[in-house]
Amino acid sequence: MAMNAADIERMIKESLPGAKVEIRDLAGDGNHYAANVVSAAFRGKTRIQQHQMVYAALKGRMGGELHALALQTGVPEE
Amino acid sequence: MSDINTWIDDVVKSNDVVLFMKGNAQMPMCGFSGRAIQILSHLGVPFKDVNVLESEELRQGIKAYTNWPTIPQLYIKGEFVGGSDIMMEMFQSGELKAMLDEKGVPVQA
Repeated sequence: MAMNAADIERMIKESLPGAKVEIRDLAGDGNHYAANVVSAAFRGKTRIQQHQMVYAALKGRMGGELHALALQTGVPEE
Repeated sequence: MSDINTWIDDVVKSNDVVLFMKGNAQMPMCGFSGRAIQILSHLGVPFKDVNVLESEELRQGIKAYTNWPTIPQLYIKGEFVGGSDIMMEMFQSGELKAMLDEKGVPVQA
């Protein structure tokens, strides 16, 4: 099982409207990606909560279909 | 609370630093778990390693315990700190060492 970068980006943007999402394919096997997600919805949230919001956007695929997603999250500059 | 949940709760509360991982400290079985081990040994902090591959119930139970879908998972004084990415980010910024100091966990580094 695998996912492609476009699906990951679409799912994150569906759950976090207006988010800036950059996906890098780490291994070319559809299973190991890095993602940088910047969203105003992260404001005031801990790093763990921000990552959990991204995992929730992937609707259970994280850790299953998608083995690895190295995440960096942040809020847009004011 | 299910018994696996109680067992996890007990482990994280009775050890200063706990790393739920794939494999063990001597033989990590996944790149991300290996990286977590390197960070902790670099800091010289003693920790308890728990191999989630030993039981499927534990492997799924730990993910439900924190609503965190991946392994490894690091706990300091019973508090979930993060997975491999957050550990790396905190290690590079010095935040991880500061957290250990603040929580009174002795480190050798």
